[in-house]
Order: sequence, then C-alpha cells, then structure tokens
Amino acid sequence: MAPDPSDFLAVDAELTAEERDIRDAVRDYASAELAPRISEWYESNTLPRDIAKGLGSLGLLGMHLEGYGCAGTNATSYGLACRELEAVDSGLRSFVSVQGSLAMFAIHRWGSEAHKQEWLPRMATGEALGCFGLTEADAGSDPGSMRTRARHDGDDWVLDGAKMWITNGTLAEVAVVWAQTDPDQGSKGIRGFVVPTDTPGFTANEVKHKLSLRASLTAELVLEGVRLPADAVFPEVTGLKGPLSCLNEARYGILWGAVGAARACYEAALAYAMSREQFGRPIAGFQLTQRKLAEMVVAVNQASLTAARIGRLKDAHELHPAQVSFGKMANVHAALDVARTARTVLGGNGITLEYPVFRHMTNLETVLTYEGTEEMHTLSIGQALTGLPAFR
Amino acid sequence: MNIVVLIKQVPDTWSERKLSDGDKTLDRASSDAVLDEINERAVEEALKIKEAGDAEVTILTAGPDRATDAIRKALSMGADKAVHVNDEAIHGSDAIATAKVLAKAIGTVGDVDLVLAGNEATDGRSGAMAGMLGELLGWPSLTHANELTVENGTAKAKRETDEGTSDLEASLPAVVSVGEKINEPRYPSFKGIMAAKKKPVTTLGIADLGLDASEVGLAGSLVQVDSFAPRPPKSGGQKVEDEGDGGAKIAEYLVGQKLI
Ligand SMILES: Cc1cc2nc3c(=O)[nH]c(=O)nc-3n(C[C@H](O)[C@H](O)[C@H](O)COP(=O)(O)OP(=O)(O)OC[C@H]3O[C@@H](n4cnc5c(N)ncnc54)[C@H](O)[C@@H]3O)c2cc1C
Ligand SMILES: Cc1cc2nc3c(=O)[nH]c(=O)nc-3n(C[C@H](O)[C@H](O)[C@H](O)COP(=O)(O)OP(=O)(O)OC[C@H]3O[C@@H](n4cnc5c(N)ncnc54)[C@H](O)[C@@H]3O)c2cc1C
Repeated sequence: MAPDPSDFLAVDAELTAEERDIRDAVRDYASAELAPRISEWYESNTLPRDIAKGLGSLGLLGMHLEGYGCAGTNATSYGLACRELEAVDSGLRSFVSVQGSLAMFAIHRWGSEAHKQEWLPRMATGEALGCFGLTEADAGSDPGSMRTRARHDGDDWVLDGAKMWITNGTLAEVAVVWAQTDPDQGSKGIRGFVVPTDTPGFTANEVKHKLSLRASLTAELVLEGVRLPADAVFPEVTGLKGPLSCLNEARYGILWGAVGAARACYEAALAYAMSREQFGRPIAGFQLTQRKLAEMVVAVNQASLTAARIGRLKDAHELHPAQVSFGKMANVHAALDVARTARTVLGGNGITLEYPVFRHMTNLETVLTYEGTEEMHTLSIGQALTGLPAFR
Repeated sequence: MNIVVLIKQVPDTWSERKLSDGDKTLDRASSDAVLDEINERAVEEALKIKEAGDAEVTILTAGPDRATDAIRKALSMGADKAVHVNDEAIHGSDAIATAKVLAKAIGTVGDVDLVLAGNEATDGRSGAMAGMLGELLGWPSLTHANELTVENGTAKAKRETDEGTSDLEASLPAVVSVGEKINEPRYPSFKGIMAAKKKPVTTLGIADLGLDASEVGLAGSLVQVDSFAPRPPKSGGQKVEDEGDGGAKIAEYLVGQKLI
C-alpha cells in the first residue's frame, strides 16, 4: 500500500488502540471546536477562557496525572494530545502545557495534600486556571539569579517582586510562584508558593504587541507585599530542582507539539502545491517544489519518530532530561525549518492568516525560546556528552 | 430500563468507496472505517435517557473484526457493554438478512425495553432496519425521530421527514430510529476511553443465535447484485445567467432538487 502522506512511515501504527482513540478524540475535538476560530483569536490576540471547560471535559487538563479528577493517561497519550492541539496552534498547546505540566504538575508533585485537594480537581475540569511564574525580566535562562523575594513575617510569608512572560497570568485563579527565600544560599534558597491570584498585592498585566503566540495570553505578574499563610509554601522542595522538574514535563509536551505544527505546515504546503497552477501545471509537478515536499515529509516523520521514542522512554520511566533536551531542540528546529519551507511553497498567500503556515512559523519563534532556549538545550546535551558544563 | 443501541461501522464518507469485483459486496479493506455519525446520535440519546433516570445501555453490531473500533468508540462515549455478532457467514447479507441476525442478537440481551438505531446508514442507505426489526420482534417502530421522550413505559417521538412532521407514541418495548437533528453527540472523554477497554464485549457467531448459514449472508439474501457501474463523473454543472432574476432561478433549481 502506498504510504499515507500524513504519516509516511506509519509511525502511529505503533500506538495502542487506546492511544489512537485518545489521538482521535483530540483531533476531532480540535478540528471541530478550535480550528474554525483560531485565526480570529490570533488576529485579535485573545484566547477565550471558556475553552478551558471543553478541554477539561475531554480530560485534557492534567491528563497524565493520577487521581484528583485527572484522567491518568500514559505519557505517550499526553504527547499525542499535545501534537494534535499544536497542529491547530501552539497557543492552544501552551494553554494546556501551562495548566497541566507546569501549574498542576507542580502542585501534584510538590504540593501538600491540602494544596492538591484545594486546586487539582477544579483545575482538571477547567473551572480554575493556573499559571507558573519562574522567569523574570532580568532572569530568563539563568533563573537562579531571580530577585523575587519571600520573607518570613511571624508565621506568614510575604512575597515581593515581579515575574515576566507568564502564560495565562491574567486568566489564572492560582499562580505557582518561585521565589528566593535566602539569597545567602544562592539558588538553593529558591522555593515554590501556591498563590491565589485574589490575594491583596497580586496583579497581572497583559503583555501587549506580541508578534508570536498571539492566541495565548502572556502576563507580567507583580507581587507587592503579597501575604500568604505558612502552609502556602511547597513543603519539601528547595532549589531549582522544583521548577526544573516541572519544565521537564512541559518540554516533553513541546517536543510532541512541534511535530503537530510541522505536520500542519507540510500538509498545507502539499495541498497548496497540488492545486496551485503556474506555467500551465500544478507547482507540485516542478522538481524544485518536490524537493521541498520530500525534505518536509522527511523532517516531519523524523520528528514524529523522535517524539514516539521519547514517549516510550518516558512511559518506561527511563527518560533522562538530556533526552528531553534532544527532543525539544531537534523537533522545534525541524518544525521551524518546515514552516519556513512551507511558507515559500505558498508564495504570497504564505504570509497571510488565510493559511496556517505563517501563524505556525511565528508561533514557533516563541516555542524555540521558552521552556529553555535552543542554546540551553544544546548545552544540556553537550554536558551529557562531555561531562563538562558550559553554562557559565 | 434496558436499552440496545444498534451501531454500524461504515466507510468514512471522505474516503473513496468501492464494491469488490468478486462477490459485489462492499470492499471494506479499501477505505477507512468509522462509527456512523447517525449511530453516535443514537448512542447519545441512549446515554441521555440513562443519565436522566436509570438504564443499562448495550451496544449491538453485526460486523467484521475491525468493527471492534466502532464498539470501543460507543463504549468510550459511556455505554455499558456490547454484543458483537461476528461471523464470516454474515458477509453479503441484505437488509432483511441483517435484520434477522440483529433481532436474534437483541434476544440475547434479556428484557429489552428500547432499541435505538440510526434512521439510515451512510453506506447501505436502505433506511429499513428499524422497520424490519419492528416486524421481526413484533414491536412498534417509530422512525426518523428528531425528538424522543421515554416515560412511564411509553416512547414519544417527533418524526420529521420530507413529507412533514408527525407526533408518534408507542408503548415499550419499541424500536426507534433517530434522525440527524435529534442531538449533538458528545466527544468521548479520556476517562471514558480508558474505561472502555474494561467493559464487557460478548462476541457471538450465528450458531450462538440459533441461525443457520443458509439463512444469512449472500445465500440467505433476497437481494442479489448482478452487476454495478461506478457513478458517472460529475458533469459541468448548470450555469445560471443572472438577468435580474438570478436569485429566483437558483431557488427554483434548489426546489427542483428537493434541497430547499
Ligand atoms: C510567549 C512566551 C510565554 C512564556 N511563558 C512563560 C511562563 O508561563 N512561565 C515562565 O516562567 N516563563 C515563560 N516564558 C519565558 C521563557 O521561558 C524565557 O523567555 C526563556 O527562558 C528565555 O529567557 P529570556 O527571554 O530572558 O532570554 P535570555 O535568557 O536573556 O536569553 C537571550 C539569548 O541569550 C542566550 N543565552 C543566554 N545564556 C547563554 C549561555 N550561557 N550561552 C549561550 N547563549 C546564552 C539565549 O539562548 C538566548 O538566545 C515565556 C516566554 C514567552 C516568549
Ligand atoms: C451492492 C451492495 C453491496 C453490499 N455489500 C454489503 C456487504 O458486503 N456487507 C454489508 O454489511 N453490507 C452490504 N450491503 C449493505 C447491506 O445490504 C446493508 O447495509 C445492511 O443489510 C444493513 O442495511 P443498511 O445499512 O442499509 O441499514 P439502514 O436501515 O440504512 O440502517 C439503519 C440503522 O440500522 C442499524 N444497522 C444497520 N446495519 C447494522 C449492522 N450490521 N449492525 C448493527 N446495526 C445495524 C444502524 O443503527 C443503522 O444506523 C450492500 C448493499 C449493496 C446495495
């Protein structure tokens, strides 16, 4: 049988029936309920909060977590869901990554039983939204240098500082905020706090004028004397291990998501090339176009294989963070290349919102940077290979 | 209440559909197979009844091995269990032979109060199953229901067809076929998908139903296909010159095609 252009190496044939059902459920939902509205959201730089309810009833929010109303799927299924969502838009996948892998995962992994009971069931349904505040204006790739402070005042904690680039910050009911409790200890003094966003002193300001990830809301969080009870802190984790464990989860979703964005660009280019005629025939019939199509299908399928393999490693609990770096670096890079090539196939139409390619291409610029820049992941792989850290 | 929902796996309407040259039955290998959307609506209606009161929902299909995918989808939407009639002898059955098989299979489910079906399958399109089953079971059949209420042992349906709308009522047990407008089927949730594989599916052959191979399949069918020809390619269509009356002409054409 001729290879399926959408899955040339039949990578998905390795999935279990249940994994395929989950893939199909997300694909059907996303194409019917989200895809028709995505250009409009992107153009107006919005994402309506009510999409959370639909995503929640499907089981997408915190889907790979156990208990507390979460579906408890395996990691491969979570990856597939990210892939199918990001085939529509990286903003949608970001929404789900932040809710499930950053905010919910942080509470699930590091929160007290009371934190979990209070937040997770409502976050799983989409009734409550979360955000994750690690990055600051002056502390991005080097989060250990953060300046947001948490001080003891009697039994209470008081937080002061500001976080930058926080996805869903303006929508969230709860923020997981990482803050320095003891500058003398360096990054070992960093601890995580569960901050209800209606706490006095907490404000979120929307970051405007983004040219990428426009179907996603990004915020600056300002914390001015935010007073929290003693039990607001994650009881057991100190240092960067806390936030990095969460980022590792989210990056895992991204390396799958990038496959979806790449596939969508390649498919759009293929369809366009078949129907667009110049010089009296479809441009798909020209050798130069076929070379682009062939290179794109190779890149998409290699990325897909990478994701599938990393999924199996994660399900076997054998995944090393450097392997996640491999996937994030390789797949986002591949997706950007595919998006840029696909754009050329679409000619002038390639720069419009009528087609998904340019939207994906600009989105992927964010995906390249957040959750560890391409350079940071290169250095992680370099360290794993050589044992020589080259970060500083 | 005990509800049986009849589901059929059909070739995806997007994929090319062919008949096989050999025995002139549907070539199922050549196309993607999906749970017929009208059957998703039948399942949805059963689940609504279950959620409003108390009911056990059993999925029933007669189909080949890969119909298990369609069964799983119905179970992941929330049905409780399934019966899969899977027997090579059924291959090539016409509508009446299919109805005989389904009627016997319904008998294995116990005291059934309500059978829900689609009004017409997108592949066979005979639109006859609910009526035929009503005859075979000796139960009333309410077809083309775009609204359904089941209360106090009675089913009330609003039947909508090209001829108009009528209100139907019958006492249970009854067979009801649902129309496109009856509801919007739910998406299966991940929890539903994960629960589906633990739900019981009983697989039966025709011997389990007390049927003989001569009563079903090509041998047991009244309809025999002698020959077939592919639909002619689409013609150029009809151009309407607008001389100020373009709108009226288009409307006339659409009325002629029974589209409006
Ligand atoms: C749309 C969007 C949403 C985001 N959402 C969130 C969120 O929800 N929560 C959150 O906490 N953060 C979020 N971020 C922040 C994101 O994680 C950071 O932007 C990212 O970590 C990079 O930090 P920076 O922008 O400060 O860049 P910098 O760290 O200043 O990096 C600038 C450049 O210098 C390079 N560089 C830095 N150090 C080195 C080195 N040692 N060697 C070589 N090159 C180096 C980088 O690779 C990069 O190319 C988001 C960002 C964006 C754009
Ligand atoms: C040329 C030709 C070749 C054919 N070859 C084949 C073949 O190889 N295999 C084959 O199966 N059919 C074949 N059929 C179709 C077959 O005759 C009918 O599809 C079948 O008997 C049921 O009729 P229908 O699908 O038209 O039912 P309809 O009355 O249109 O269906 C209404 C509803 O009945 C229920 N239903 C129908 N069929 C089933 C079923 N099998 N299990 C459970 N519920 C069901 C569903 O709820 C469905 O929505 C062929 C038909 C033609 C014209």
